[in-house]
Amino acid sequence: MKLQMKLNGQQVEWEVVGNELLLDLLRDRGFHGTKRGCENGDCGCCAVQIDGKTLNSCIYLAGQAQGRAVTTIEGVGTMKKPHPLQTALVETGGVQCGFCIPGIILSAKELLEATPNPKETDIREALDGNLCRCTGYTKQFEAIKNAAKVLTGKKPRGSKAASGGGK
Amino acid sequence: MKRKLVTASKSVKKVDALSMATGRALYVDDFQVPGMLIGKVLRSPHAHAKILKIDASEAKKIPGVVCVLTHKDVPRIPHTTAGQGYPEPSPYDTFILDNKVRYVGDRVAAVAAETRDAAERAIRAIDVTYEVLPAVLDCERAMDPDAPKIHDEDDALRIPDADRNLAAEMGFTIGTSFFEKADYIFDRKFVTHYAQHCPIEPHITMAYFDEQDRLVIRTSTQVPFHARRIVAQALRYPLKKIRVIKPRIGGGFGAKQEVLLEPLVAALAVKTHRPVKIELTRAEETSASRTRHPMVIHLRAGLKKDGIITDLDMDVLSNTGAYGSHALTVACNTGSKVLPLYRADNVKFDAKAVYTNLPVGGAYRGYGATQAAYPMECLIDEMAERIGMDPLEFRKKNHIQEGESSPVFKQLGEGREGVAQTIMSCGLDRCIDLGAKEIKWKEKHGGDKGKGPLKRGVGVATLMQGSSIPGIDMGAASIKMNEDGSFNLLMGATDLGTGSDTVLAQIAAEVLGVRTEDIIPYSSDTDMTPFDVGAYASSTTYLSGMAVKKAAEEVKAQILKVAGQMLDVDPTGSKLQDGMVVLPNGRRLTLAEISLQSLYILDQHQIMGSSSHITTASPPPFAAHFAEVEVDTETGKVEVIKYVAAVDCGTAINPRLAEGQTEGAVLNGISYALTEEICFDSKGRPRNSTWTHYKIFNAAEAPPLKTILVPTWEPTGPYGAKSVSEISINGPMPCLANAIYDAVGIRLTEAPFTPEKVLKALRLKARGRRTD
Repeated sequence: MKLQMKLNGQQVEWEVVGNELLLDLLRDRGFHGTKRGCENGDCGCCAVQIDGKTLNSCIYLAGQAQGRAVTTIEGVGTMKKPHPLQTALVETGGVQCGFCIPGIILSAKELLEATPNPKETDIREALDGNLCRCTGYTKQFEAIKNAAKVLTGKKPRGSKAASGGGK
Repeated sequence: MKRKLVTASKSVKKVDALSMATGRALYVDDFQVPGMLIGKVLRSPHAHAKILKIDASEAKKIPGVVCVLTHKDVPRIPHTTAGQGYPEPSPYDTFILDNKVRYVGDRVAAVAAETRDAAERAIRAIDVTYEVLPAVLDCERAMDPDAPKIHDEDDALRIPDADRNLAAEMGFTIGTSFFEKADYIFDRKFVTHYAQHCPIEPHITMAYFDEQDRLVIRTSTQVPFHARRIVAQALRYPLKKIRVIKPRIGGGFGAKQEVLLEPLVAALAVKTHRPVKIELTRAEETSASRTRHPMVIHLRAGLKKDGIITDLDMDVLSNTGAYGSHALTVACNTGSKVLPLYRADNVKFDAKAVYTNLPVGGAYRGYGATQAAYPMECLIDEMAERIGMDPLEFRKKNHIQEGESSPVFKQLGEGREGVAQTIMSCGLDRCIDLGAKEIKWKEKHGGDKGKGPLKRGVGVATLMQGSSIPGIDMGAASIKMNEDGSFNLLMGATDLGTGSDTVLAQIAAEVLGVRTEDIIPYSSDTDMTPFDVGAYASSTTYLSGMAVKKAAEEVKAQILKVAGQMLDVDPTGSKLQDGMVVLPNGRRLTLAEISLQSLYILDQHQIMGSSSHITTASPPPFAAHFAEVEVDTETGKVEVIKYVAAVDCGTAINPRLAEGQTEGAVLNGISYALTEEICFDSKGRPRNSTWTHYKIFNAAEAPPLKTILVPTWEPTGPYGAKSVSEISINGPMPCLANAIYDAVGIRLTEAPFTPEKVLKALRLKARGRRTD
């Protein structure tokens, strides 16, 4: 079947087979920022946004995305123009092995779109479908709070904290 | 010599973090090779069986199936998958594929097919005839005279006593007057359980032939050089024709020290001459990769009324599962990383590792110290209570101090005699003080716990680990200079998400007086980088960091020489700072100017240096952990209200990354203590191999974690650094056990502390019985 969807703002039309998972489709087409961790909907590192809602692409058939808008990590920001969530995760040390990070960013993005000034309990709940084994989550909570401040204009973009220069 | 640091003590951004956060970073499975075959493994449904016959004819007929391998199709060469240095201390008891299976999940056959679907269908179509054998499912019965013999093959090597299922044995005795001076004797048995590392990226390996027909293995490994050596050994394949590359990897925690998939994937690639990859499923990762060795530890201690510990006697029975991977060294570490923490005249240690027909133990962050810190720290708590001394004072009175040694260091190394060493840096007292303040120890410990069903308590545990394996581990690095004053840093060290590429670049930047971003790290590629043993034994910052520092110092000397030639002055006393050479007379030259001169104009040569480092010391980092828990006496549920880890890792080269190592280790330790456990049915089949049923903590459940870094200066480490990555996983189990005791008065000696166990102990206590 032909799948038409809006992927990271671009209209695409891809051939898919009936039982193909959205995760496999995206990865086969080079969108490898979406990760495979458990294929059981437990770990959230395959999370993408579908019509604004964060879902696990490992338990989502590609065909279900017909006519929908899908955002992967590649559509959130780039190395040249990172999203404040990406910047904040880097600055706080919230990224270790990085494998869970795309999913965490998509969960956090959905949260901040609905709740621009989240409390820590909001952040914890928003991330409860994303497993991270490296960080203990502490720095990720801090990063999301920082990103919320940047997105609401309470803090300037590109803060000086933890600059790369070591000067 | 202590000095002010410019770069090597700053929380610079992790060099690869933005690439990861934008989805650009390439992990093994993100690298696309045309024509890739998908490999799958047929696994044993039986805990112990002989393979009488394998019929793969139907599987081979399935369209897309390219290759089926059984034990008849691969070389039969005994080896160990432990991924250790040569010669390995683990027995050679493993074959790529064997004619016998020794646990549920053991390998029977492997398939490579054009699609995953075809590979999975082929696996189901292989017809195997087994002769099912009686199995050993209880490690305390493994050495019984009538226990089935698990390794009855005659070509395994270096199994100490296969007839008794004994995979490893080690012991020592210091002192002769055991328990003669003790006023009190303590004697308890502790039991720990099966748990898995749970890297979010499971084991994955791909192999393909490059344009020169060399075999390239791209793999999620902590030990690229050992992987190359072991593939060459197990396949009898020329080492020079193998290139192992470790790209970004999604966590390891010790599981990926195991050279688990590489020989099998290489065998499939060699057989098909096609690119092949195998990625474990989550269920395979949990119960058919590697686990933390479960243990039964019997600890006896003698104590005088004045609070002096007279005797420590530790008896360890480690369950290594079906294969002896890390059996000896993990068992040794239970003693060597725990017993030296406290002074005692008489110390006895006896460790055995036994085979069972259960999943295989391996390296897991903490490496035996995690299992043994539990009995030790619980007994220390009990000793302090017996003589009415505050547990913090008791620890301060008895723990090893700067300038002291322990005879245990010399008696017990990793699988052999150890190396004597004196503690050169110890911030443990300060860790205890700062941690106690943060948790509000004085207000909260002891006292009345109130009348309601929810009881709160606080607990403490103090810890030590090591930094690299002294006299065994080696790391190397080389650095070359580019025209713009930047440097390529090539090193064998393996960043498994820990940030070692960043930390090691910081060390080079500190020596060379440049920004971290002027150092371009490239690591873990057996064709391109110097050797390193890999990421294990808390060695990378301490050991590989020293190799980087020495290589950078060699480069620095060459830079100064060129600067002196350019200006015709003696460069002695010059400094490197801000990307420039500053000569004693105040003249400055940029590194770019120097590099251009050396490459194109004056006495043309490449400014470059390389160095190796090996150490005879393994300075312990120290830590004091504190927890506040709330125990629901009606349900038995334990909730962690707050957790504090105060850690002395010497100089934290990158404090944020050091905190991150600590927080990740602590949360892993907390869920190991409370929820994580692989359970088995009566036939040895794992019952909870997915994360739906094997519970690791998520963001909503994680308690508030507070890390306090307590700086000391370790003279043998790079810029005063010691290790940080492993130590903090050892704390939560004893710390929570002690906090639970403070809350409700039960001593839990069997982990994990599930509501069932807590309730049972509470009921026993209510009936006036001992709870352990």
